[in-house]
Amino acid sequence: MNQISQTLERFGGVYLLPVIVGLIAFVLIGAPSSWVTLTVAGLSMGMMIFLMASGLSLIFGLMDVMNFGHSAFVSFGAFVSASALAYLSGWLGADSVALNILALFLAFAAALAFGLVAGWFFEVVIIKPVYHDHLRQILITMGALIVSEQIILAIWGGAPVSVPRPAFLEGSWLIGDVTIEIYRAFAFALGLAVYLALFFVLTRTRIGLLIRAGVENREMVEALGYKINRLFVGVFMVGSALAALGGAMWAGYETLITPALGGEMMIVVFIVVIIGGLGSVEGTLLGAIMVGLMANYIGFLAPKLALASNMILMMAILLWRPSGLKPAVK
Amino acid sequence: MSLLSLSQMKTSIGQYHVLHDVTFDVPEGGVFVLLGRNGAGKTTTLRSIMGLWKPSPGSVRFRGEDIAGLHASDIARKGIAFVPENMGVFGGLTVEENLVLATAKGKFDDVRLKRIYDLFPALEQFWTKQAWSLSGGQKQMLSVARAIIEPRELILIDEPTKGLAPSIIDGMAEAFAEIGQSTTILLVEQNFNFAKRLGQGMAVIDDGHIAHTGTMPDFAVDTALQEQLLSLSS
Repeated sequence: MNQISQTLERFGGVYLLPVIVGLIAFVLIGAPSSWVTLTVAGLSMGMMIFLMASGLSLIFGLMDVMNFGHSAFVSFGAFVSASALAYLSGWLGADSVALNILALFLAFAAALAFGLVAGWFFEVVIIKPVYHDHLRQILITMGALIVSEQIILAIWGGAPVSVPRPAFLEGSWLIGDVTIEIYRAFAFALGLAVYLALFFVLTRTRIGLLIRAGVENREMVEALGYKINRLFVGVFMVGSALAALGGAMWAGYETLITPALGGEMMIVVFIVVIIGGLGSVEGTLLGAIMVGLMANYIGFLAPKLALASNMILMMAILLWRPSGLKPAVK
Repeated sequence: MSLLSLSQMKTSIGQYHVLHDVTFDVPEGGVFVLLGRNGAGKTTTLRSIMGLWKPSPGSVRFRGEDIAGLHASDIARKGIAFVPENMGVFGGLTVEENLVLATAKGKFDDVRLKRIYDLFPALEQFWTKQAWSLSGGQKQMLSVARAIIEPRELILIDEPTKGLAPSIIDGMAEAFAEIGQSTTILLVEQNFNFAKRLGQGMAVIDDGHIAHTGTMPDFAVDTALQEQLLSLSS
């Protein structure tokens, strides 16, 4: 195992894993066009999961808070965005791409704004009283997730809600034998843009330095003169808003959503955070891409194993790296 | 007037009463050493002064103002820096980033930076390296550099020689002597030779009480007292 690890490190370390998985899948799948389609689907799925999971990873790393209610923001983001899109359906179906984009932008902005405000409320009212108490965090955040599902049921009802897509994201690009769904390419591009923005903030700004330092040693950040509680609130709000944005993207991807969405995504989101390594945005991206690729490849190669693929991946990675692929330095 | 004055400071951690009655004064300027056996309460005293553990009751006066019960960040802003026993460097950040975080406005004062380079040349050499890759001695240098990158009135330093090679300890002693000329240092130390070399004033803590205060030159020659308070044999 050590030899494998050393060889891997020499050629790019854990960043090489998605490439290795892709190459193995290429051999097993055989048909290049199917492989490209599955790879694009896997990458876009990974990017949407990254949006949902990145905030949770930072919240856990910085605040040491186990927030099982995180996926409530995913659900609300999906439903708020779906309602906004339904309200703006006239713009969505218009021939004007500008109107399409504006409708989508407003729907995502609504999801983000909801995530920010709800994140602030959640942190101040639910999380703050149980700082440093993991058992109570689990109980109260699980309770919050159940309550949020009931609120969604009360507002939107139990029937599946259909999510309209803007006209410019409908359809596919046909490149030779390869079919690429436009929405998936868009999801990939948006996820990448969010990752690059997060990467820039975390590595090039003072607030980013503080977050990275706080993930490692909160006490020392305070001893340097910073009020870390304010940072907690800010990170929680941004993390919740990103989850809501991920939910909004996921809603457009699925086109039919139910109140159980949050509960279903919670497991995947936690798997990604654990695989990636707590507190690390890079690790979360890597974990999300691995989960997305594996789900699509295994779904194609061995459909009966598709549901178990995430668990198998998590077990394999934790056996190899118990702290995850790219954990924050502690 | 003393720079720092502790009066009947008591600190409990959970159900354990660690500090029972800590009273001593740290004069302005130079190095004041707090000595004591393992578990006597030295680290708890520093952490209580810094606000990382809340003392109650009793007072901690810094320039006459009671700072007991203030948040650690507020205490830091009053001009007190802390170098913890585990050094507290941020391993995922570079040497430069560690120091940037310790500045008030994110910019270095060239004169202070030059002083740090002179005191700890290794930091200039490893400026862009992540702190986890530094040796133990270099991490200690970074931790101390972080405390002096901005003007401070008091630096609390917890067992800086722990686990360091003798050659590094010598360099550290020279650096502390230099820093002590412009800033007051409250040093917690178990290495008596190191403490003897630097300290002017001193106190000995034993089982959460201050058992002795005085000057280091007097204590350094009183082997009977050393034996009694620190179990040091000549």
